[in-house]
Amino acid sequence: MANFYTDNENLKLQLDHPLMERIVKMKEEDYSFAKTEPIAPFNFEDAMDTYDKILEVVGDICGEVIGPNAESVDLEGARVENGRVVYAKGTQENLKALTDAKLFGMSLPYKYGGLNMSMVPYVMSAELVSRADGGFANIWGLQDCAETIKEFASEEIKDEFLPRINQGATCSMDLTEPDAGSDLQAVQLKATWDEPNQVWRLNGVKRFITNGDADIKLVLARSEEGTRDGRGLSYFVYDKVDQGVTVRRVENKMGIKGSPTCELVFKDAPAKLVGSRRLGLIKYVMSLMNGARLGVGAQSVGISEAAYREAYKYATEREQFEKSIIHFPAVYELIQNMKAKIDASRSILYETARAVDMYKLIEEIGKTRTLTPEERAEMKHYNRIADALTPMLKLFSSEYCNQVCYDAIQVHGGTGFMKDFPVERMYRDARITSIYEGTSQLQVVAAIAAVIKNTYTEMIAEYAAQPVTPEFESLKADLVRMAEEYEEARKIVTALECNEALDFLARRLVEMAGHVVMTYILMLDAIRAGEKAPDLKRSTFTFHKMVKAIHQAHLSYIKDFKVEDLDAYRQI
Amino acid sequence: MEKIKILVLAKQVPDTRNVGKDAMKDDGTVNRGALPAIYNPDDLNALEMALEAKDRLGNAEVYVLTMGPTRAAEIIRESIYRGADEGYLLTDRKFAGSDTLATSYAISQAVRKIDPDLIFCGLQAIDGDTAQVGPQTAEKVDFQQVTYVEKLVEISPNQITLKRRLERGVETVVAPIPALITVHGSANPCRARNVKRVMQYKHARTLTELKEENRENSELFKDRPYLKIEEWSVDTIQADDTHLGLSGSPTKVKTIDNVVLAQKENVVLTSSDADVEELMVDLLKSRVIG
Repeated sequence: MANFYTDNENLKLQLDHPLMERIVKMKEEDYSFAKTEPIAPFNFEDAMDTYDKILEVVGDICGEVIGPNAESVDLEGARVENGRVVYAKGTQENLKALTDAKLFGMSLPYKYGGLNMSMVPYVMSAELVSRADGGFANIWGLQDCAETIKEFASEEIKDEFLPRINQGATCSMDLTEPDAGSDLQAVQLKATWDEPNQVWRLNGVKRFITNGDADIKLVLARSEEGTRDGRGLSYFVYDKVDQGVTVRRVENKMGIKGSPTCELVFKDAPAKLVGSRRLGLIKYVMSLMNGARLGVGAQSVGISEAAYREAYKYATEREQFEKSIIHFPAVYELIQNMKAKIDASRSILYETARAVDMYKLIEEIGKTRTLTPEERAEMKHYNRIADALTPMLKLFSSEYCNQVCYDAIQVHGGTGFMKDFPVERMYRDARITSIYEGTSQLQVVAAIAAVIKNTYTEMIAEYAAQPVTPEFESLKADLVRMAEEYEEARKIVTALECNEALDFLARRLVEMAGHVVMTYILMLDAIRAGEKAPDLKRSTFTFHKMVKAIHQAHLSYIKDFKVEDLDAYRQI
Repeated sequence: MEKIKILVLAKQVPDTRNVGKDAMKDDGTVNRGALPAIYNPDDLNALEMALEAKDRLGNAEVYVLTMGPTRAAEIIRESIYRGADEGYLLTDRKFAGSDTLATSYAISQAVRKIDPDLIFCGLQAIDGDTAQVGPQTAEKVDFQQVTYVEKLVEISPNQITLKRRLERGVETVVAPIPALITVHGSANPCRARNVKRVMQYKHARTLTELKEENRENSELFKDRPYLKIEEWSVDTIQADDTHLGLSGSPTKVKTIDNVVLAQKENVVLTSSDADVEELMVDLLKSRVIG
């Protein structure tokens, strides 16, 4: 009986983080729900036991249903029939298993039929589902949309839509259009107020919409006639039963084939306004996007974990020159570096999830009473960390995911190039992670703000202030030096006083910050885990070795850089 | 109309499929302490079929009966997580040492008390592999029995149509209700736990368990009576002691032999004509080629 949760000690460790006690206490409103709600925990231990049990169910369904279905889902893909999406048979089975197990709406409050889980176990579940099938993770993960409805919609809309999520209603977020991809300010889909029927009507085309035939859709549309930028866009919720949207085609993709990517035609589709007009893009989508990026982080770690396990297994079983290939330095370095990248990605993933939990939960408290100055400061602190970590997480985890899958095939040799082994599918599935929900290049744009505003510098100082065990002292001393080099690089770039040069060097700066931040988080996780996960120590040492070399290459590049160098790169 | 009562007979067994070095004692008996206790696999298929029957009938309830030590209450909780409505733990020192005859007697007494319309149980348990308890119980309570069932085809309050998996094919049978059905391991696997039921029932306990955990006065169980798991003894089911335990068990194990399966040597073939000829004959005989 495969269980993707119980077989993964490093993942389980994330539940043991000391911040969890505060997070869960706030989420359960001081365990007051237990008085009236039979599924609510009555103290911290009880809550953690519940999280553990729920994750065991997720791990079971991933290992027994979703994982075994992944190959046939990839082969069959999703298709369109009479304007509607038909999922692959395996996808339908996956959805049924998760719906029956009540694993939708995990983070929604009890009153809407949810499980009221904090972000941490929810993201853990997303990682598990992604390990089983990276493509299916999208369909399941779009339950995130419920969070946006919960946060910004009226009570009436919440009551109408949210209870359906736990019953298995699927979601989609409809943003992209043929001419509005990375630049969402260019969205054209038109929303007009239908006075006699008292509803909004949506007309136009959306493209590349993941799970576009979902039951509940969140749609970004232009409600303010004559406007041309983001300030004319509002956010709407559409119910599939109203039948105003048809699926024109399902894209034929390289990977994540089970996840239908749709082109949609909206024809007088009735919809309800979410929140206030004109805040669609600038407030609501930005919030949704951060959640989605965290989701891609989980997806990247999950796919990486699956590919790593395949590679490790193959390397121990495959014999050449009379020994298992894992005993050759060229192979064991590949394997260990894959592992280090995954462990580092996982550490930043849950560090981000905790920061999101912290600021959102304090924010929730702020809706019921006035926050104390300390609480307000803490909320801002975690909000800032979450905003700085999210693009860093998305950037690194998705790039690492691609590298890990590339190396997983390499370990398999010619066999890995064949369709007979799952690494081939994972390699294709991985490719999208560094593209959608904002490309790596756009993550750098978001992250460079945190470079400029000193957020990473402050975070690094906070990590550096934490005590370490003797075995990590020299590594920490090295991290302190790397942090100084990052500051040096930052000063050099700032001194150039050239925005184009800053954009050009941004990725190197962000990566330098990322290497220090991630090594710290990984090291602190390894110290906390101790003997429970000795492999984290090895990962910390090897990750540090790997990134230090890249770090120095970046520094050397930046030191040598002159603004005139851009001429050689600029395309005329 | 009265609700159809469906009963599942389930057993907690040592996990004989994941056997470590110390799985057997020196005397050749199973070292239960060294093996994790699990839900007997075929019984999970039986639970699924019972839940499918309930889903189709609508007006039905699924109960689970298990016989074993206190810790077998885990079987009841597991069943409830997956959708069963209630469970009974049949536990008493006097049951210890029961063979299939004594076990089916005890179970039949409990069945009379529960008074179900349908009984589902696994074909066999992986610890004894006798496949006798189901059929013996059916005989004792005078139910029709259908064995080796792989699929529930149709069900109404009066009759049930089932597909049996037999050695040489498949057979479809219609049986009147009441009936006892033994379910084959090839039937639908059991649905996963419903996490909301896990959250709601994870504290469900028998009285003995509560005492062991020093929680018999806990407010939780006063406020939530549904968390109590019924515990039945020999007296509850009005059983005759002489038919139970070692004294009620005619089966006596005389000796147990250790069978060691030695690995066979690989056949080494050369490219000589005789060897090639031999291989060809083997392959033709086993219909790999030709």
